[in-house]
Amino acid sequence: MIIGIALLVVGIFTGYLLRNRKKLIALGSRFTDGAIFMLLFFLGLSVGSNQAVVSNFNQLGLQAFLLTVLATLGSILVTQWFYRMFFKDQ
Amino acid sequence: MKNTLIILVFFVAGLFAGLFSLFPESFTGEQMTIYVLYLLLFLVGLGVGANQHTLKLLRSVNLRIFLVPLSVVIGTFLGTLVYSFFDDGLTLRECWAVGSGFGYYSLSSVIIKEMAGESLGVIALLSNIIREILTLLLAPVLSRVFGRYAPISAGGATSMDTTLPMITRSVGTEYAAISVFSGLILTLLVPFIIPLIL
Repeated sequence: MIIGIALLVVGIFTGYLLRNRKKLIALGSRFTDGAIFMLLFFLGLSVGSNQAVVSNFNQLGLQAFLLTVLATLGSILVTQWFYRMFFKDQ
Repeated sequence: MKNTLIILVFFVAGLFAGLFSLFPESFTGEQMTIYVLYLLLFLVGLGVGANQHTLKLLRSVNLRIFLVPLSVVIGTFLGTLVYSFFDDGLTLRECWAVGSGFGYYSLSSVIIKEMAGESLGVIALLSNIIREILTLLLAPVLSRVFGRYAPISAGGATSMDTTLPMITRSVGTEYAAISVFSGLILTLLVPFIIPLIL
């Protein structure tokens, strides 16, 4: 992920330099949408073509799903609580 | 909501393409995913750099920025604690270890498989993939219902890369800095916290 973070930093500097070229920046955000759609397609592909994941999905999938829903909900609620306590004065 | 549906359609299309082997076996998209991800990260950076509010927000938040990843850790532990009451098949330690992937499924599932066996490794893999998918699909809804930090919180470790574009689309590019920061701290925590729990 070091390459990814490096590209992010390069992007930030490029964006800063090009901040007044509104049309170019708008084009970039369109490409962002397209890239997200592609990424999700490939994520689905790698899940669907992984036999270990597919054949165990019924067995372990429900456990994983319920655990994750509670973990994610817990995170969101504690973050919201922290925000109300420490950030609300902004 | 329209974009969430489009994204779901793309994911399901990929899922079926994988299930029915519509692509050659050697082509799982993993290599492609990395390149698309690199492109995305550059484009996200572009949006961040061009946004005048980013620096302003970072300055106003200062040290309190650490509270976001901290709240994710506490919330994940509380949520998985509740789950462990309902599942007799998993111990509290196992539930905490799975949750402590914070969405970083590649690394966490490998560590957990090594330390606690195949089946918990698969649960970890599925759980953390699901956390990423939930964040990608629900980011706009979470933002509206629970506030702008909710998608960042849900994303966990992934809020620095895979879910970052969706997060910034839902809450605005001025939150990208906090999102990256929170994801970075959680990503760095994963290889330390899981061995500590198990």
